Amino acid sequence: MSKKIAPVLASLTAAALFLTTACSSSDDSSDSGTTGTEKVALTYWSWAPNMDKVVEGWNSTHPNIQVTVNKQDGGDPAVTKLLTAIKAGSGAPDVMQAEYQKIPTLVSADALADISKQAGSLKDKFPAAVWNSVTLGGDALYGVPQDSGPLMFFYRSDVFEKNGLQAPKTWDDYAAAAEKIHKANPKQYLGTFSATDAGLFTGLAQQAGASWWGVNGDSWTVNVNDAATQKVAAYWGGLVEKGTVDNKPMYTPEWNAALNDGSQVGWVSAVWAPGVLEGSAKDTKGKWKAAPMPQWDTAAPATGNWGGSATSVTSQSKHPKEAAEFITWLNSDPAALKLLAGTANVYPAANDASSALTTPPAFFSDQADFYTIAAEAGKQAKSFTYGPNVNVAYSAFNDAFGKAAEAKKAAAFTESLATIQKATVDDMKNSGFTVAG
Amino acid sequence: MSLTTTLPRSTTAPVAARPARRTRRAGVPYAFLAPGLLLFTLLLAAPIVYAGYLSLRKVKVSGLGLGSKSRTEVWAGLSNYARSMTDPEWLPSVYRILGYGLIVVPAMLGLALLMALLLDANRTRPALSSFARISIFLPYAVPAVVASLLWGFLYLPRVSPFAYALEKFGITAPELLSSSWVLYAVANVAVWGGTGFNMIVIYTALKAVPTSLYESARIDGASEFAIAWRIKIPIVLPSLIMTFVFSLIATLQVFAEPMTLKPLSNTISFTWTPLMKVYRDAFVRNDIYAAAATSVVIAVATFLLSFGFLKLVGRRAFNQEDS
Repeated sequence: MSKKIAPVLASLTAAALFLTTACSSSDDSSDSGTTGTEKVALTYWSWAPNMDKVVEGWNSTHPNIQVTVNKQDGGDPAVTKLLTAIKAGSGAPDVMQAEYQKIPTLVSADALADISKQAGSLKDKFPAAVWNSVTLGGDALYGVPQDSGPLMFFYRSDVFEKNGLQAPKTWDDYAAAAEKIHKANPKQYLGTFSATDAGLFTGLAQQAGASWWGVNGDSWTVNVNDAATQKVAAYWGGLVEKGTVDNKPMYTPEWNAALNDGSQVGWVSAVWAPGVLEGSAKDTKGKWKAAPMPQWDTAAPATGNWGGSATSVTSQSKHPKEAAEFITWLNSDPAALKLLAGTANVYPAANDASSALTTPPAFFSDQADFYTIAAEAGKQAKSFTYGPNVNVAYSAFNDAFGKAAEAKKAAAFTESLATIQKATVDDMKNSGFTVAG
Repeated sequence: MSLTTTLPRSTTAPVAARPARRTRRAGVPYAFLAPGLLLFTLLLAAPIVYAGYLSLRKVKVSGLGLGSKSRTEVWAGLSNYARSMTDPEWLPSVYRILGYGLIVVPAMLGLALLMALLLDANRTRPALSSFARISIFLPYAVPAVVASLLWGFLYLPRVSPFAYALEKFGITAPELLSSSWVLYAVANVAVWGGTGFNMIVIYTALKAVPTSLYESARIDGASEFAIAWRIKIPIVLPSLIMTFVFSLIATLQVFAEPMTLKPLSNTISFTWTPLMKVYRDAFVRNDIYAAAATSVVIAVATFLLSFGFLKLVGRRAFNQEDS
């Protein structure tokens, strides 16, 4: 009898052992649910560099709320992981870095906790446009703004000087400068239109006055194909068709090499660009200058955002109160802001941040007014509402504009917007959203 | 184990012992199968059933879809399948992998067979042959993502040493990731990575052929080429069929190479291959229901194609092996 069962038992035990080890390894973050009220352990997902060193500043002064940073690969993979954990019912961290454009998606998936009761009084410490992206225009609060990415223009001052050019004040100036530089040296471009960076294009549309989503009572509006975005798409399509700016994606080894060897001599980017340039174009140190964005209308200067994120409490956190306390400190306390700016290299969103930002970034060490330009840009950001399916619009952007950039036809650029609009609306309607218009 | 079960046999009468032994032994095969079956159920069968279930579901949003409890999962019937199959990007992605397969499978298997035959023809110098064997096999040990990154660097004109060298001779290298070349560029990574594995499979089959066959062929006046064509290839046909089926499945499921090369170019879209569309739906669009429907379709297609092919050629090929 026992002989018959023994092998079965043995194999079952083996399988059971295998399963328990497999399961136990996956829920490492849920053990923060201690029952005691005194000591609380929080997990924090972030991809900002050196965030653990910033958090040390909190841990050393708050022995009862200890935060562990879990470094993530970046905004997209972190959101994918979080949404998977939310679906699975466990495995999410207590605190999570969330890019502004992802917040409606996360809220819609019930991944973020409303912390308006714990942190509602912070409103005056942040610029209105940024605050709007964590409240989504309502009474709830889905996070505390951490950093923002106002668009700025970066250029090689030596190349501009050689061609007798000034930093472009308008987009017409930019187009003229691009043409002049490319004519003088056919290998040089003032920029590239990158179909893989939907975030930058969104910022450019924002600058022109677009707001792709909107809320109208109980229904959503989608306006990817509006006049402002059409203007931006036609402008860049025209430059690509003429061949005065390149059509290759950014953030490739090819693009890095082009920045470093002086083939790409300008970059429409955001306040965090110095960090990227330092890595990609280290041989050109000291030759770059930062300037405000070229404008559509110099009488009403405006800019958009590329990047920027908030810190949110997830809906699976068992300690939302303590977590809210931590993120309030992290993003508004002067000591924390100093650490964020100095150690984690982020551009804090809080109004108080200017005191923490006195010396320019190392790659722009000659430009004393770097943060004055950035602060000015931060104030000029137009308001922009993100919808619950930004990821759908962005992936449609990648595909449609990838084709258009490859074809080098301005008409294909403007036609792509209709494709994105349709993909976005279809997806929302399929999920049961009410979409007006 | 065997000791204890054989002991009673010697002490009891054989007639009485036989039924007892049979019942005792009946459970043993199942016990040995249990771990495999359990893992198969948990890691393969259950996820497939779950994917089938998900493909029939969808999320329904109420109101603005913000705040908790605004999303509910409901039955969707076959609407996910309809949506996946009528997606304007679906058919182009299917045609694309057909073209990809037409490049990869013949090139990879042809090269693998050629190299196996060349290695086998030269059985006299084992050191040289084993060096060649390992260097042909080595790319297979490189993960597809790493291989694609390496090739990606070689494809980009500004960082590629080949483009640099060609430029020194006054030749402008073609943009290998542009729309007219990209299919070949991706196929090349797969051929580079897969040839070694297939070569080893075919070569192993060749090694099993007794040399006496070749000797008698030579006595009959057959050339090396005739030996390869009339003896070696027919004998390794079962291996060729097996490698063909593997390549067919790999083609239907191509993902890592284009996914890794995607950020380097404008020409590889999110829906470049069917499996990339599954990935986009599940992890970019957060629509696991459409992703489940597409994966069920891909799984069924893979099943039908591989078994259909085996049924078509299997009997003939394997009969030949027996005779």
